[in-house]
Amino acid sequence: MQAFTVLQGLVAPMDRANVDTDLIIPKQFLKSIKRSGFGPNLFDELRYLDQGEPGQDCSGRPVNEDFPLNHARYQGASVLLARDNFGCGSSREHAPWALEDYGFRCLIAPSFADIFYNNCFKNGILPIVLDAAIVDRLFGEMYANEGYELTVDLPAQEVRTPSGEAMAFEVDAFRKHCLLNGLDDIGLTLEHAEAIRDFEGRWREQSPWLFGSLR
Amino acid sequence: MSGQTLYDKLWQSHLVLERDDGSALIYIDRQLIHEVTSPQAFEGLRLSGRRPWRTEANLAVPDHNVPTVKDERDGGIDGIVDPVSRLQVRTLDDNCKDFDIVEFEINDRRQGIVHVVGPEQGATLPGMTIVCGDSHTSTHGALGALAHGIGTSEVEHVLATQCLVQQKMKNMLVRVDGKLQPGVTAKDVVLAIIGEIGTAGGTGYAIEFGGEVIGDLSMEGRMTVCNMAIEAGARAGMIAVDQKTIDYVEGRTYAPKGEQWERAVAAWRELHSDADAVFDRVVALKGEDIKPQVTWGTSPEMVLPVDGNVPDPANAASAAERDAISRALQYMGLSAGQAITDIKLDKVFIGSCTNSRIEDLRAAAAVVKGKRVAGSVKLAMVVPGSGAVKEQAEAEGLHEVFTAAGLEWREPGCSMCLAMNSDKLGAGEHCASTSNRNFEGRQGFGGRTHLVSPQMAAAAAIAGHFVDVRDW
Ligand code: SF4
Repeated sequence: MQAFTVLQGLVAPMDRANVDTDLIIPKQFLKSIKRSGFGPNLFDELRYLDQGEPGQDCSGRPVNEDFPLNHARYQGASVLLARDNFGCGSSREHAPWALEDYGFRCLIAPSFADIFYNNCFKNGILPIVLDAAIVDRLFGEMYANEGYELTVDLPAQEVRTPSGEAMAFEVDAFRKHCLLNGLDDIGLTLEHAEAIRDFEGRWREQSPWLFGSLR
Repeated sequence: MSGQTLYDKLWQSHLVLERDDGSALIYIDRQLIHEVTSPQAFEGLRLSGRRPWRTEANLAVPDHNVPTVKDERDGGIDGIVDPVSRLQVRTLDDNCKDFDIVEFEINDRRQGIVHVVGPEQGATLPGMTIVCGDSHTSTHGALGALAHGIGTSEVEHVLATQCLVQQKMKNMLVRVDGKLQPGVTAKDVVLAIIGEIGTAGGTGYAIEFGGEVIGDLSMEGRMTVCNMAIEAGARAGMIAVDQKTIDYVEGRTYAPKGEQWERAVAAWRELHSDADAVFDRVVALKGEDIKPQVTWGTSPEMVLPVDGNVPDPANAASAAERDAISRALQYMGLSAGQAITDIKLDKVFIGSCTNSRIEDLRAAAAVVKGKRVAGSVKLAMVVPGSGAVKEQAEAEGLHEVFTAAGLEWREPGCSMCLAMNSDKLGAGEHCASTSNRNFEGRQGFGGRTHLVSPQMAAAAAIAGHFVDVRDW
C-alpha cells in the first residue's frame, strides 16, 4: 500500500449528497478479477453518455460535458470534495480502487458511509470529515478559484487552504499509523498470532459447535 | 454498572485484544464468500504466500453473476454466456479448490444467494461473528449474530488471520411497538424505519431491532428487516434470540446436534440485551401506523406510504433537499405531486436477499393466484433465493401459480437485484422490486426501481401500477 504523508493537490467537486458506490463504480465493472484498472470507469454513468462495458477502451466514448471531472480545470485533481454520506451502499472495494486508480488520494466530506470509509484506508486513500459548513465554504472557494489546491497534512492532522487557513481533522491513531507507513494490516495482525491462537483455543472449548466441519 | 446490550455481549465474547487507541481485534467465526469480492483477496494470499487461518470457517457460493434462465444455467459454468461472468465464477471454483474451502457450486441444490444460504444451512448460528464481502451481511443478525459486510482487503485479512480490526460501534435500539395491519410486512417496517431515520441515520451504530412487532415477525421477516439495516447506514443489524430463533435453527445441516445442541441453546438464551442496558439512541415506531411502503426516488429513504404522493421540490425544507428531490424526480421520470398509485410498471422483480425466502414466495403467490399479469407489464419474474427455496416452492406448487399468472419462474441467484447477469432493466423502465437498493442504474443503466414488499410487487404486476395491497 502507498504511504500517505503530506499531499498538495488540485481539488475537484462531487457536489451531491448520498453518492453511493454504484455511482462510483457501476456493477458491470465488478466482474474484473483484478484490483487495478478501474480509474477510466470511475463515476462511469455520470462521466459518459453511453453505457460502459468492462474491458472497453474509454478514450472514444462520448463524454458528458456537464460533469465537472470532464472539465479541463479539474484534470489531474487528487483531492475530491464531496457531500454528506459519501460512499453509501455496497461494500465493494472497487469504489476506492477506482478513486485511487483515477488519481484521488484524499476525500473531504461532512460524512462518509462506514464500510467505504474503512475501505479507503486499506488503499492509501485518506477520507477526511470536516464540518458541513467548512465543506460548504471549501466548495465556494474551489468554484471561485480555478486551480484551487489544498494541502493535506496527515502527520499534523490538518487541511490547509491556499490562504494559509488550517483546519484540523480527526483520524484514529491506528489507521493513521498504517497510512503514514504504508503498512499491511495483515502483517500487523499476525504479530498477535499467539493471542489469536489463545483466544481460539478458549473459544473452541466454550463453544465447540462453532467449530464444526462444513463437509 | 448498567447491563449490556446484545451488541455489547457479542463484541465482548469475541474480543481477542484491544489496542490503546481503541481499535480491537475481533475473532470471526464464519466468513461467507462469493465470486465478486473475493478474487483479489485470494490473489493477495497467493502473492504473500499465506494460507487461510482456519479453512473450515469459510463457506463459498457463487450468486451475483449466475444466470437465472434455465437453459443457460443447465450448462453450469461453461454455459454462462458472458465470458467475464464466466471467468469470475470459475475463479471462485479454482480458488476454493486451491485453498480447500467448501463451496456450493453453481448447480448444487444448496447454491443460492449467500445471505439466504447461510441461515438455511445452519452455517449462520446465533452468537456468531459473521462477515462477508457484501454489505447485506447484516441479514444474519436476525439470528442473534454480529454480522457485517466488509471490503475485499478485509476478506483477505479474515482469511489470513481469522480476525478483523474493528472499532466498537455505538448502540441504537429501533423499537417497533404494537401490531401491524394486515397486508403490512417486514419489508414495509424496515422501509418505514429508513424513511424515519434516513440512509445515514445508522452510520456508526449497530442497530438492534426490538419491540412487539419484531417479536411477532417470522425468522424470514426478521432477516428482511436486518438485511436493510445497511440501507439505514448501520453495518450491523440484529435481533435478540427467542424461541423462534432456536426452533428455526434446530435440525439444519450445520446446526449442533445432541449434547452440543443443549449446550448451545443454553448459551443462546443469553443473547438479548439486558433489561437495564443503555442505548446511545432509541427510535420508536408504532406498528399500527405503518402502511405498505413504496420508494419513489433514488435512495431508500425516498419512501412513502402507498396512498401518498411524490414530493414537490417547491416544498423542500432546504436548497440541498430541493436539488435532491428534483434530481430524483427527473431520473425517475415522475412529476411533483403524482400519486404513488399512478406509477405504471414495466417490469416486476420478486427476489433478492431481502425477499426471496419461502415465506416471501408464498405471500406473492397468494396475491397472484388465479389472476393474470397486466398486458402493459413486459416482464414479471420470480427468482427464488436458493435451490432449497426453489425445491420447497415447487413442492408446494407455487411455481405453477406464478407461471399460470404469467410470471417467469427462474433459477436461484441475485439476478435483477443488481443486474450483473442478463436480468436488467432497460433505460427508463419502471420496476416494482422486492430488492433493497433503488440507486441510479442499480438494476440496469437508466432503470427506475421502486422498492416494495413481495405482496405489493405481486399486486402491481397484476394491476400494472401500484395498488394498496390492504384492499386486495
Ligand atoms: S441479492 Fe442483491 S443485495 Fe443481496 S447479495 Fe445479491 S446483489 Fe447483493
